[in-house]
Amino acid sequence: MTTLNSNATEQQSPTFGFWVWLMAPERRGALLITPAIVLLFAMNILPLMWSFGLSFFRYRANRLNPPEFLGWDNMFRNYEKVTSSSAIWDSFQTTAIIVAGSVTLQVIIGFLLALMFAREFPFRKILLSMVLTPMMLSFVAVGVFFKFFYEPSFGLLSQAIRVFTGEPYILLGTKWGSIWGIIIADAWMWSPFVMLLVLAGLVSVPKYLYEAADIDRASWFRRFRTITFPYIKSLLLLAVLFRTIETFKLFDLVYIITEGGPGSATETLSVYVYRQGFQYFRTSDASALGYILLFVVIVLTNLYLYVVNRRSEEL
Amino acid sequence: MRFFRKKQGIGKAGAGWSLFAGVVSLIYFFPVLWIILTAFKTRTDTLSIPPKFIFTPTFDNFIAVFYRSAASSQDAASTGFELYFFNSIFIAGTSVILALIIGTLASYGFSRHPLRGNDTYLFVILTTRMLPPIIAIIPIFLMFRLSGLSGTYIGIILLYTAFNLPFSIWMIKSFFDEISTDVEDAARMDGSRDRGVFFKICLPQVKAGLAATAVFALILTWNEFLFALLLTGTDTRTVPVQMARTLGGEIGVDWGLLAAIVTIFLIPVFAVTYMLQNHLLRGVTFGTVKK
Repeated sequence: MTTLNSNATEQQSPTFGFWVWLMAPERRGALLITPAIVLLFAMNILPLMWSFGLSFFRYRANRLNPPEFLGWDNMFRNYEKVTSSSAIWDSFQTTAIIVAGSVTLQVIIGFLLALMFAREFPFRKILLSMVLTPMMLSFVAVGVFFKFFYEPSFGLLSQAIRVFTGEPYILLGTKWGSIWGIIIADAWMWSPFVMLLVLAGLVSVPKYLYEAADIDRASWFRRFRTITFPYIKSLLLLAVLFRTIETFKLFDLVYIITEGGPGSATETLSVYVYRQGFQYFRTSDASALGYILLFVVIVLTNLYLYVVNRRSEEL
Repeated sequence: MRFFRKKQGIGKAGAGWSLFAGVVSLIYFFPVLWIILTAFKTRTDTLSIPPKFIFTPTFDNFIAVFYRSAASSQDAASTGFELYFFNSIFIAGTSVILALIIGTLASYGFSRHPLRGNDTYLFVILTTRMLPPIIAIIPIFLMFRLSGLSGTYIGIILLYTAFNLPFSIWMIKSFFDEISTDVEDAARMDGSRDRGVFFKICLPQVKAGLAATAVFALILTWNEFLFALLLTGTDTRTVPVQMARTLGGEIGVDWGLLAAIVTIFLIPVFAVTYMLQNHLLRGVTFGTVKK
């Protein structure tokens, strides 16, 4: 290929011809996203398909026996087994309690913090960073913090309670104590998230509306309901949905603070699947269970994106 | 999120409000402060009843992160944390760079050359990120065991790249979507080729966005625990996993050591939170909420 013009090159060299075909403008979009799609397929979609298949087999990852198909007549046996055990409903309940408790606390604390930061004052930026730090930390670090506070002998919580009762306090010894322990740690970590979204809403309220309200001598409550709330409504909804999805998956914090205990009192769904899959090696059961969780998350994600799109149409 | 927009925005408050906000923020920040204090305490001070707020600071815990001091009955050997720190930085760094390159290309594609079913692709990509990691980890664990990838750098880096991709794509796409296409169209009119438009016009405009994305992805990857717990071996173990192992130890937890590790990582996190405050909202919502 020395002195050929480009037209001739295309016809004579098959490699070059392929290159030209590949680089054509109408293929540009597909070409650009291919690497990403390939990697995501290999690392996410393929494994998911694998575990979907596995949920119809009998398989334990710690045995050498290859997966054994359950047969066409009872191929849903793993799903039946998983949904009929009472442990899963207990853990659904535990997860629901933790999600409800934590998200509610996050909304309340986040909202109050946002109101506090929704004005300009000296040192605002540094104070805001201090409050925002928890959500940038790792779950493991936050788990360490709270396990340290809840420690029965020298932990701060136990020592504070001992002043009144004279006895060390073992928060993580009871079911409800452990659940509260996790809720508080999670709420501490993620209230700044809600604050950030609410703050964005508060900042976007046009000032003249408040000025008009001043002239009309509107009450504090009326101002909030008719001016502030419409501006933060959709962001608050997004925050709640996002946190619900994330808290629903809660694993790290529970694993660090209680390991699902005492007994199975704080087994969230993720911890339950982890125990089934990696402690008892009921691999196919865990896969079936995983698919039920996946369904819930897809529904919630859809809802979240629906709100995102509706909001961007409004703006 | 711009705080100083005219007409729209927030009222002013004086130093009194600063004082109030300062007290509230300090209370909120207290758990972090307490851990920082603990990092500078001796073992007896850490375990003292009642808790000590005033004490003579010591750097023993920080030294012990890398070298177990001979004084503490155990052998003077290294704790191995220098390896775990290296692993964390190396694995997170490499996978973020890879995710950023692949993600930038893909998000440029999604933003400028939309395909049929563009939104479906984007939805599936976001879903792979939203799905509980515990679901994906079971088959990935089997896949890695079968292919011999478990416990290797390549395996965990590939996985983390895939883990960072949805975030990077959504984030960077939100930045591409924001810039006006007028300049690009003008450049095309003047005969610039697509490659030139991408490198000379688009990329420079999203530079800050790329940096923010990289930093967020770094923190997310550094913090990741479950995948690292199940897929790294003794040589490739990351800091969070080793922290959890230290915590699960049978013979009394070395709280000072853990506090020192957390404190070391706190400084970059705090700096990032301070500097990226304006991008934080977008970062934590995967670019779905801009303002």
